[in-house]
Amino acid sequence: MEGVLNQLPIGLSIGAVLLLIALGLTFTFGQMGVINMAHGEFIMAGAYTAYLLQSVGFLIALPAAFGVAGVMGLVLERLLIRHFYGRPLDTLLLTWGVSLVLQQAARDLFGAPNVQVVSPTWLRGGVGILPYNRLFIMALAVLSVVAIWAYLHRTGQGRRMRAVMQNRRLAATSGINTGRVDQVTFFIGSGLAGIAGVALTLIGPVGPTLGTYYIVDAFLVVVAGGLGQLKGAVLAALGLGLLNSYAEFWSDASLAKVIVFVAIIGFLQLRPQGLFVLRSRALS
Amino acid sequence: MLSVEGLEAGYGRARVLFGVSLEVTEGRLVCVMGRNGVGKTTLLNTIMGVLPATAGSVTFEGRDVTRLRPDERVRLGMGYVPQGHETFPQLTVMDNLMVTLEASPHRDPTALEEALEVFPRLKPLLKRPAGFLSGGQQQQLAMARALVTRPRLLILDEPTEGIQPSIIIEIEEAIERLHAAGLAMLLVEQYLDLALRLADSFVILDAGRVAHSGAAEELRGEQVHRLLAV
Ligand SMILES: Nc1ncnc2c1ncn2[C@@H]1O[C@H](COP(=O)(O)OP(=O)(O)OP(=O)(O)O)[C@@H](O)[C@H]1O
Ligand SMILES: [Mg+2]
Repeated sequence: MEGVLNQLPIGLSIGAVLLLIALGLTFTFGQMGVINMAHGEFIMAGAYTAYLLQSVGFLIALPAAFGVAGVMGLVLERLLIRHFYGRPLDTLLLTWGVSLVLQQAARDLFGAPNVQVVSPTWLRGGVGILPYNRLFIMALAVLSVVAIWAYLHRTGQGRRMRAVMQNRRLAATSGINTGRVDQVTFFIGSGLAGIAGVALTLIGPVGPTLGTYYIVDAFLVVVAGGLGQLKGAVLAALGLGLLNSYAEFWSDASLAKVIVFVAIIGFLQLRPQGLFVLRSRALS
Repeated sequence: MLSVEGLEAGYGRARVLFGVSLEVTEGRLVCVMGRNGVGKTTLLNTIMGVLPATAGSVTFEGRDVTRLRPDERVRLGMGYVPQGHETFPQLTVMDNLMVTLEASPHRDPTALEEALEVFPRLKPLLKRPAGFLSGGQQQQLAMARALVTRPRLLILDEPTEGIQPSIIIEIEEAIERLHAAGLAMLLVEQYLDLALRLADSFVILDAGRVAHSGAAEELRGEQVHRLLAV
């Protein structure tokens, strides 16, 4: 029984990390139709930022990783992705290539073996079955979701982002510089992946291929949650995190992957549009 | 104020416009007419920069805007209400107006009140998602959104299409009032009597070319009716 309960914070914190990763993906896909395979490497970049800054302070690493990953996303969008809007397959292959290049760059910079980030002392221990580091990750995700929600619904820039997501052409003919909005979306989405990377240093080692372990699950969250949907992403991420950790608990890691895939495919058979969809009279 | 010269555009290899020229002078209302599919929407989209012009030029207030992005043209004072009463369905009516106001060069909140004075029907609906308004209300919102930018030229694509008759009257009155207040307009309108009541001059398109253009009085001829017959 205790083992079963112990899985709970593990599943929830993995769900929280998946959510941070999926938010960026769902917005870049929902807004620009871009499937960014290099998104996982922004996680890795965030994690290495925490590694480099561990002597300076863990909390400094959070904004720093956000900035580093965000700027990487921005540069990728400006240099490559924007030239391929409307060509999803080309973008997919291109960003996959970028992802491999970035992994190799990490190997050259930090070496192929994993490195360990020493968790700050105030995150060791825990209350009951809840370790502080897992709690911290959950709090980070909650804070990020609240911040994103407030950004989307309470600021002018967020309003522009929602407008572009709902009707790009109309946004442009309303005077909105859609290219600028795309850049901001890329920056924020990639930055969140950087934050996820910092969170991951609390529960495991950091390596050049860190991102690849999470990117597939994050894509599943995006698909299951419904594109561009905050609410859907939250529920799907928590569901997938829990499903993952319990499937692993009751079987083993590779069988767990199979169980998760089967569950997602079954779910998408029932609801191909995901948990939530853009819905209105205008679209029906 | 708006001068279109030899404009050509299309979709991929399919050319739709073959050298269209027209002129909208200060404070005038020019009506573009023509059968379904002759290229009226394509013309307006090219004037606004939604579609690239493959040849020809668009000049607004003496400035060549042919290569500018749509949002840049809006900021110069061109307002556009596309066909099909489009709004941002998940944003509230208020947010639909705000998002346009914030993107305008003046950002003056009184422009929002002025737009609502033109369409008072929207006032009690400000908190509702635009996607849940009726087609007529959405059309009024679409026009109010364009007005919020304080355009000097308003481009309207079939504002009365598929709208309930009671609201058509309100929209017609709004266009009349804006015109009387000196706003220049380029209007695509299918209803001949409505067009005759509103317009100062006409451009009739046929198969992507200007088949006829001139003042309102000239529109009553036989030949013109043939061009408009469905
Ligand atoms: N997105 C598109 N892709 C390809 N062809 C298009 C597209 N939009 C319009 N067309 C074609 O271009 C031609 C002109 O269309 P357009 O919409 O400009 O006509 P219209 O005069 O506005 O018609 P309506 O009165 O029905 O609004 C038509 O033959 C149409 O089939
Ligand atoms: Mg049309």
